[in-house]
Amino acid sequence: MTNPINANNDDKNIIFDVKDLNLWYGNDKALKGLDFQIKENDVTAIIGPSGCGKSTFIKTLNRMVELIPSVKITGEILYNGTNIFDKSLRVEELRSRVGMVFQKPNPFPKSIFENVVYGPKIHGIRDKRKLMEITETSLKRAALWDEVKDRLNDNAYGLSGGQQQRLCLARALAMEPEVLLMDEPTSALDPIATAKIEELIMELKKEYTIVIVTHSMQQAARISDKTAFFLMGELIEVDKTQKIFTTPRDKRTEDYVTGRFG
Amino acid sequence: MDKTIQVRDLIKKNLNNPKNRNIDKIMPNIFLLAASISVITTIGIVLTLIFDAFKFFKEVPLREVFSTHLAPLAVNPSFGILPLINGTIITSIIAMMVAIPIGLASAIYLSEFASDKTRKNLKPMMEVLAGIPTIVYGFFAYSFVTPLLMTIIPSLGAKNALSPGIVMGIMITPMVASLSEDAMNAVPNAMREGALALGATKLEVTLKVVVPAAISGIIASFVLGISRAIGETMIVVIGSGSSKNFSFDFTQSMQTMTAYIVEFTSGDAGSGTLGYYSLYAVGLILFVFTLLMNLFAQYISRKYREEY
Repeated sequence: MTNPINANNDDKNIIFDVKDLNLWYGNDKALKGLDFQIKENDVTAIIGPSGCGKSTFIKTLNRMVELIPSVKITGEILYNGTNIFDKSLRVEELRSRVGMVFQKPNPFPKSIFENVVYGPKIHGIRDKRKLMEITETSLKRAALWDEVKDRLNDNAYGLSGGQQQRLCLARALAMEPEVLLMDEPTSALDPIATAKIEELIMELKKEYTIVIVTHSMQQAARISDKTAFFLMGELIEVDKTQKIFTTPRDKRTEDYVTGRFG
Repeated sequence: MDKTIQVRDLIKKNLNNPKNRNIDKIMPNIFLLAASISVITTIGIVLTLIFDAFKFFKEVPLREVFSTHLAPLAVNPSFGILPLINGTIITSIIAMMVAIPIGLASAIYLSEFASDKTRKNLKPMMEVLAGIPTIVYGFFAYSFVTPLLMTIIPSLGAKNALSPGIVMGIMITPMVASLSEDAMNAVPNAMREGALALGATKLEVTLKVVVPAAISGIIASFVLGISRAIGETMIVVIGSGSSKNFSFDFTQSMQTMTAYIVEFTSGDAGSGTLGYYSLYAVGLILFVFTLLMNLFAQYISRKYREEY
């Protein structure tokens, strides 16, 4: 083992292999020499205090971080063995396989149906029957179908916040991605809507690899298999969730998970 | 302790001061008055138009008004307004055929593709274009664009509808671009990110998310542009001349409603004559035109509004 803090060496497939990843916003270094691996069908939670780089990191995985001008990146992230920064990989292709759900629900100001099929449509699926089928399966997977099946043509903004977030999830699932990135997906939701999303994550991990940023340690403990603790742009520790919350190796991790700072 | 009591007393005294309370009552009325001025002016203008236009419509049968024969200064004057409406519509259509595509394309570029630096340089430059007096555009149309177009269309008249139409379009373009850009800028970034995260390209995000989300603002900019074209005067007076023939040949001179009003207020029609009152009739129809345009715009933008 080259990296002593990297202890998740079970025999699952490696989906993302992050190698010496550094990221700067202008002159501020936001990610410092990250090395770790994300495995297939794991729910990996990323925790850490505000400004520790956890959102930056998750946005690097689908290169959304590059939307911010003045971002500079060094290092590699291998996605199924291909470096995502390589010119041969189109960023649109990467993003069609690595779906994302954002902090605040951001449906398009279109009908529920149009929201779900937006991705498949821009990638060339035109057949109305196929689109209907995609809508039904995606909404069912996002546990929203029963609530909206009679009003698929209504504007998505008529839904509640929790429903909107599940719609965004359905929209991502409609692309049949391999990985789902979730950037604090429940931070704008009430406890009941949060519980629903968490239930969904437990269900979805059978088919997808999930990376979730959360500021709630309880959430990380409840739903994740692995937990990574970030501090000031550094990966302090990553391990099985249970281990992180009971017997962390690093003093700083222990202080954080026991609530001594953050 | 003493201090608290003092402060309280002061506040109490201030609250009971009648002067302060009066000002709270008076100021809203002053604001209301200011707001009413524009409403009152509008009502005044409409009433003037209606009363004097009424005198015209009393004298001239409607069948004559909606005919194609316009000869206000003939021995037997005829006041068919269709040539003027025709001239207005044709020049406006030409203008919008220039302004809508160029304006929308510039707005898309500025809002979605230009770097911050380019945007900062380009936008003020476009706004300068909007600040040029229309009479300058007028002789630009007459002395530059018309001769230029003559090299392509040899049969083009020295006064024609095409060249002022194009120049009006150029004049309106910055307005369409600027208003459409504002509308597109108002679309939350979260929506762009949502689409990008699904693997959409920037162009797909622009055409399938941003433009539809901003469509009501974009259409509003088109309609304001059309209203501007319909009401535009100096460019068509200079560039398009005063032919009162009813024809769809935009390579020849045409008179618009506004140009007709200019021609007759510069001395040809004596006050109180039928020709004089015809100005008000034309003015009223012009007003109805823009009013309908705006109502239409409201209808369209409400129908296609995407709430977010």
